[in-house]
Amino acid sequence: MIEGIGVTDFLVVSTIMFFVGMYGFIVRKNLITILMSVELVLNSVNINFVAFNKYLYPDLLQGYMISLFVIGIAAAEAAVAIAIILNVYRKLQGIDVEHINTMKH
Amino acid sequence: MQVDFSYTLWIPLTLFASFLVVGLFGKQLKPMLSGAIATLTILLGMVLSYTAAYQYFLGSGLVDGKYQTYIPYDMEWLQFFDTLVIKMGVLIDPISIMMLVVVTTVSAMVHIYSFGYMKGEDGFERFFAFLSLFSFSMIGLVIATNIFQMYIFWELVGVSSFLLIGFYYKKPSAVSASKKAFIVTRFADFGFLVGILVLSYYTKTFDFQELMNPENAAIGNMVGISFMGMSVLSWALLLIFMGGAGKSAMFPLHIWLPDAMEGPTPVSALIHAATMVVAGVYLVARLFGLYVLHAPDALAIVAGVGAFTSLFAALIAVTQTDIKRVLAFSTMSQIGYMMLALGVSGYGGEEGLGFTASMFHLFTHAMFKALLFLGAGAVIHAVHSNDMGDMGGLRKYLPITHITFLIAALAISGIPPFAGFFSKDEILAAAFASNQLYFWTEWAVAGLTAFYMFRLYFNIFWGNDRDYEHKPHEAPFSMSFALIFLAIMTSIVGFIPFSNYVSPDLIPYMAHFHWNIAIPSVAIGIVGIVIAAILYLKPKSTADKIANAMPSLYKLSLRKFYIDEIYFWVTHTIIFNAISQPIAWFDKKVVDGSMDGMAWVTNKVSDKTKNLQSGQLQQYAFVMIAGVVGLALFVLYYLK
Repeated sequence: MIEGIGVTDFLVVSTIMFFVGMYGFIVRKNLITILMSVELVLNSVNINFVAFNKYLYPDLLQGYMISLFVIGIAAAEAAVAIAIILNVYRKLQGIDVEHINTMKH
Repeated sequence: MQVDFSYTLWIPLTLFASFLVVGLFGKQLKPMLSGAIATLTILLGMVLSYTAAYQYFLGSGLVDGKYQTYIPYDMEWLQFFDTLVIKMGVLIDPISIMMLVVVTTVSAMVHIYSFGYMKGEDGFERFFAFLSLFSFSMIGLVIATNIFQMYIFWELVGVSSFLLIGFYYKKPSAVSASKKAFIVTRFADFGFLVGILVLSYYTKTFDFQELMNPENAAIGNMVGISFMGMSVLSWALLLIFMGGAGKSAMFPLHIWLPDAMEGPTPVSALIHAATMVVAGVYLVARLFGLYVLHAPDALAIVAGVGAFTSLFAALIAVTQTDIKRVLAFSTMSQIGYMMLALGVSGYGGEEGLGFTASMFHLFTHAMFKALLFLGAGAVIHAVHSNDMGDMGGLRKYLPITHITFLIAALAISGIPPFAGFFSKDEILAAAFASNQLYFWTEWAVAGLTAFYMFRLYFNIFWGNDRDYEHKPHEAPFSMSFALIFLAIMTSIVGFIPFSNYVSPDLIPYMAHFHWNIAIPSVAIGIVGIVIAAILYLKPKSTADKIANAMPSLYKLSLRKFYIDEIYFWVTHTIIFNAISQPIAWFDKKVVDGSMDGMAWVTNKVSDKTKNLQSGQLQQYAFVMIAGVVGLALFVLYYLK
């Protein structure tokens, strides 16, 4: 336990991170920035997992394990996403998400 | 002694086979071979018909003083459900046997004649295929055991007539004539069909024998139900007569027949003079028991239409110059005679003279009118024109045609001893016994007939020679043979004692010879011939002077009483403007309009909603998150 810091404080931080990430996902036009926003959302979730594990079930490890999984998957996702973005850039000479709409047709 | 008549079934079957063979493989066969197949088939049919006639009339037909009706063959053709079965079969009774003889004889002669007439024409084998189809259909009609079978073959003869009128399909006038014939008769057949439906709705049967059965209670019921002043039965029979009037070119459904002369002349002889156009008469005769016993009002209308048509057509025939059209109007006039004779006839014994006379006239008329048409064909063949003005003095060039044509003209004018005299005498006697007005009308028409026929004859064979481009030559042997054969028939068939064979109640009787009728009718015939001889034997201008003296009457007759123009006006002005155009408007604006409206609405809606599918990832994400948030709030605050 960390003195003076309750589970609520963690949740406030993670909520702020989540909505910042969400806002960035919706508003930003650059694919890299969108990817970064997604990372923010994922990490806010990680904070939740760790905080709940610590405060509610200190004897168990599941929460930590899942957040490790999320980190791993996020890394893989970032690798794939950046590969896609590079290819998009080659094809369309840009990574502005508004111009990437060829699949619509 | 019972004789099996089932061999008569082979007549239509072989003809149909011939139609298939010649029609399908005609292109591969030599033209002469196709013609020979069709001709041999019809000759076989002729032999079988004559055999049947011999066996029936002189053998097994008469049992206990009454002619029997045999049905040697009857099969279920279509079974819709238990009470609605359409059969196909062969019915043998005096009038069907007589019609078999007429159809096969004339058809065989026309086949033979066509070898000469159609020689070298394009579509020689097509012509014979159609002739086979026609003969098949006509025989199917004649031997029908029920009214529906008759209707089916009725339409088939209509189709064959259409095909043969339009035989020269490269000629626009032939095409429009064939369409006109088909549409007018089809319109009339609509009445026929409605009549059949009404009749069978009440009686629950199509079968002629059941319909004619005097103990049939349904007929009595139909007489009892009255609709707009007439019994339902009368209405049904009138509608059926409408079909007959269309096929038989009765006023006012006659307009197709003169135009039908666009077809090759042998076709005119076979279909539009001898056989198909008398189908209407045959139809009324077939249902005669119903007409005479239960619907005398309908029969009176038949008589009236017949009498009017015979006079009307004779008046037109007087001024026509196209020789085939004169003959066409003459045909109408003579069929009018037959209808009138049916109309004034009673049922039994001497009362039934009109019926006998009508069938007799049908028989003799088929012979001499076919002869007239074939003669006219030989003339047209020789001078390559249909117009009387291009002919004259042909008796020197065409001796056989001349003699046979003269025989036929004398026959139709009612001069003894040729066939027309006997049958016309019986008709006039029947009319005399029933209604004086009809008698005097028909008497006058007999004079007109003699006049226009001999006007035709003198114009063609006498008068001045013309400058013919080619010297006219006598027809080839095949044509002359048919002419001579029919001329012999015309000379002898009048002596058949018809009342011994054909009567409405199937009981033979002796018809008396009527001197009081015969003498005035021969007299008026001779008067007509003499007037024609005075006017046309030597080229003089008297005829033109008479025509000029009464220009309006002359014009009225020449333009066929403007009936075609009236039809034109009715269809174009009234039907097109008052009916077709509003319907077209309704179709365009309301029917199409509602469909177009639905398409328009769909189009607009999709136009408005297509922005939802923008392809913008962030828009989708926003909508999704907004949805999730909205759902979360809903769950939190509303479902709590």
